[in-house]
Amino acid sequence: MMLFLLIFLGAVVAQLVLPWWIVGPVAFVLSFWRGQTGGRAFLAGFSGVGLSWLLPAAWWQVHTGSILSQRVATLLPLGGNGWVLALVAAVLAGLLGGLAALAGVWLRQAFRPRPPQPATADASMAAK
Amino acid sequence: MLLYIRALLLLALTGALTWVLNTQQGTVPPMGKFLSPYQGFWRNGEADDDFPTAQTLSLPGLQQPVQVRFDDRHVPHVFAQNDHDLYYAQGYLTARDRLWQMEFQTHVAAGRLSEIVGDSRLETDRFFRRMGLKHGAEQSLKVMMADPTIGLVMQSYSDGVNAYIQSLTPRTLPFEYKLLDYQPEPWAPLKSALLLKFMAFDLSGRSDDLRMSNILAKYGPAVVKDLFPDYPQREDPIVPVGAPRDFTPVPVPEVPAAFQAALSSKVPQNEPDAELGSNNFAVSGAKSATGFPMLANDPHLQLNLPSIWYQMQLVAPGVNVYGVTIPGAPTIIIGFNQQVAWGVTNVGADVLDWYQLKFRDASKREYWHDGRWKPVRRQLETFHVRGRPDRVDTVLYTHHGPVVYDEDEKPFLAETPIRHALRWTAHEGANEVLTFYRLNRARNYQDYTTALSTYASPAQNFIFASTQQDIAIWPNGRFPLKWRDQGKFVLDGTDPAYDWHGWIPQAHNPHVKNPERGFVSSANQFSAGPEYPYYIGWDFAPWDRGHRINERLITMTKVTPDSLRLLQNDDLGVNARTVLPRLLQLVQPRQLPADQRRVYEELSRWNYRYAANAIGPSLFELWYPNLVKRIWDDEFGSTPEQPMRYPSRDRTTTLLLKEPNARWIDDQRTPTRETLAELAQKSLQWAADSLTRKFGPLGPEWRWANQKSTDILHLAQLPGFGRMDIDCGGGAGIVNATSQRNGPSWRMVVALGPQPRAYGVFPGGESGNPGSRFYDDMIDTWRVGQLDELVYLTSPTQKHRRLQAAWTLQ
Repeated sequence: MMLFLLIFLGAVVAQLVLPWWIVGPVAFVLSFWRGQTGGRAFLAGFSGVGLSWLLPAAWWQVHTGSILSQRVATLLPLGGNGWVLALVAAVLAGLLGGLAALAGVWLRQAFRPRPPQPATADASMAAK
Repeated sequence: MLLYIRALLLLALTGALTWVLNTQQGTVPPMGKFLSPYQGFWRNGEADDDFPTAQTLSLPGLQQPVQVRFDDRHVPHVFAQNDHDLYYAQGYLTARDRLWQMEFQTHVAAGRLSEIVGDSRLETDRFFRRMGLKHGAEQSLKVMMADPTIGLVMQSYSDGVNAYIQSLTPRTLPFEYKLLDYQPEPWAPLKSALLLKFMAFDLSGRSDDLRMSNILAKYGPAVVKDLFPDYPQREDPIVPVGAPRDFTPVPVPEVPAAFQAALSSKVPQNEPDAELGSNNFAVSGAKSATGFPMLANDPHLQLNLPSIWYQMQLVAPGVNVYGVTIPGAPTIIIGFNQQVAWGVTNVGADVLDWYQLKFRDASKREYWHDGRWKPVRRQLETFHVRGRPDRVDTVLYTHHGPVVYDEDEKPFLAETPIRHALRWTAHEGANEVLTFYRLNRARNYQDYTTALSTYASPAQNFIFASTQQDIAIWPNGRFPLKWRDQGKFVLDGTDPAYDWHGWIPQAHNPHVKNPERGFVSSANQFSAGPEYPYYIGWDFAPWDRGHRINERLITMTKVTPDSLRLLQNDDLGVNARTVLPRLLQLVQPRQLPADQRRVYEELSRWNYRYAANAIGPSLFELWYPNLVKRIWDDEFGSTPEQPMRYPSRDRTTTLLLKEPNARWIDDQRTPTRETLAELAQKSLQWAADSLTRKFGPLGPEWRWANQKSTDILHLAQLPGFGRMDIDCGGGAGIVNATSQRNGPSWRMVVALGPQPRAYGVFPGGESGNPGSRFYDDMIDTWRVGQLDELVYLTSPTQKHRRLQAAWTLQ
């Protein structure tokens, strides 16, 4: 849960100033640092990065009355549905985030197979 | 170890995925970049409250503050304190709404589309380079930049566009750049010149010279004279027959001894659409309800989004003009100010000719002309094709112009070398922008004629009205001084007698001022009657629209802006009115099967109106062209080896009405001898069958709007970005010229007076951003033939209920 939050917040903040692909390094580094198992890291990366797209996309969807997303969803083609387009975009970004997070935790496991056992509350919560 | 390999492999996979999503794959946009809600296309969506109602923008290079007010159609009303700032602001604001369109169109004209979309458009690029559009633009630019006034206008406009380009960030980049994954390059005055040449191509880039040469070779001069006459039987010329002449004609060159071009196998592809045309008309104060002249204009062009035109009001010391501009070129092209209104339609004069060349040898370094070998100029054209190595093409230039169609570069057709040089007024350097600069500031007839004197291409019927109670029209441009029929066929490129011999003096261009009938008008028909002393062409648009406009204007009194609006929307088909009674007479309804008899009755009841719900036009517009094809195709149909063309609609009408036994009616490809009645019956059955297949049995589904299906497409033809199947009437050859893909691209009606009152609409919107409500907000007003009142301000602080935002640029 903690890793998911970290990736989500890290991805949002980084993308405000940096190109979109920064989500990969963000998920990778955070998961290298705090990731536990591969499956959970992937999920955290997928949902953290995915949500970092889904929420703002949904906001633009509502705010702009989806004039443009409808057109793009016709072009791509996704039946002209802007919400489907938002979901597809989020899954795409999530996939990248998940893979990057998985790579992060796998690399950490490669030279330190056991996760760190610090006494902080965060870590113990994350370990549960 | 395995753990390391696993991790590194996954890392590499993640990196590869990132790269794939950040890069254009074929025609697929870079999905990650494009779909990102932080910098991707989502950020181009515009909510209504995103548009600042008040803001101050700091722009480098402005000399004094510029006030801009936006009305509820998002039309900018610009108040500047000098010319520099005015055109700077015009460039900036136009780019703000239309940058992608401006740059895309100049890339097309410059033959640089393959830089954006790759080698799929390389042939298009080669064509435009070889037609010499850039060459022409460079010639015009030299003339314009040498003029201190227009040089300043062009440079300021360009600086304004660049100020906008420099303000862009990855997030604010216009939508299409994100989709096609490229960046705008700096603007330059040459690009504005290119746009004007692109219009010249669109409006004067057609020619039938080679087709006519083929017909001449096959049938001889007598048939050409009969079927392709220099003046039609039915015509209602722009300058009325009998209007007094105010000039003494200069002598025209002698007709040289006969020359017949060698048979040629190709004509240039990518010809502009023949359906492009326009209407304009103005009535005198004596005919109007207000006692002041009124003027209307609707140029017909391909229906595209973003809109072809952009509305603006430009105010500075000495000028307060409202109208439409071509995005990418400074000044107002069609519009009005407090004293005058003006508009344009295209002149179908022959200003494009082909010269057959004789090269000394295969190296094509020299060509024969005037009894000696002259050097060929070779110009290298480099194409920076996206994702491919550069390509280089060589274009040969003679004193006539570029050799556009050079078969020798395609070895597989080397056995039929075609060597024609193109002579075209669009290659001439001329200061067209000065014409519009002066029209924007014109106060009277004198100013208007001064403005027209420098105009060259594309030739236009400039219509004019002033508060001083003058109305006038000048079919105007630079017309070559030709012998009769010069350029009707391919010309001999070796004999100087076939060269163009200077120009018709501009003051001798056809014109009429304050004619007795109390109105002036044009609809692309012949500029003047047969008594006009110069030859400017033999093939103009059919008379239908022009005649209909004139017959209605003649009967009108107490004209209001609404009467002119209704005339712009007139949907009576003159051609149907002329020939349908004869066609119905040719068919024997009793011999028809029951379902076809119902079709026949439906047509008999039709009032020739091209209304959206009418069924008559759906039938007639299939029946008539099919009959025409059955009459002419066996003799004048085109084959790849021998392109030809049919005789004009006017000539066909004469044949239908008066020559039932003409030799052309029989289909030579069949052993039997066909009669006109048989052809008429067969083509009616074909029309009825077509509609039955498409829509089922005769019923409301056969309505004209369904059959015509007017579409407005995005400039890059992106699915989802146009407006399809628009429910509206009109058609080709109808005053309301809304056909499948072409139509009135701007409708304007101006009532002059103490204060001008004007009305207008175009099929689109002010914004070029497909994520904006203002991208297509005027389409429905346009569709039903309504106009918006245009907000004409006299001061930047004027109160008006339709003003929504006030910006300051400084």
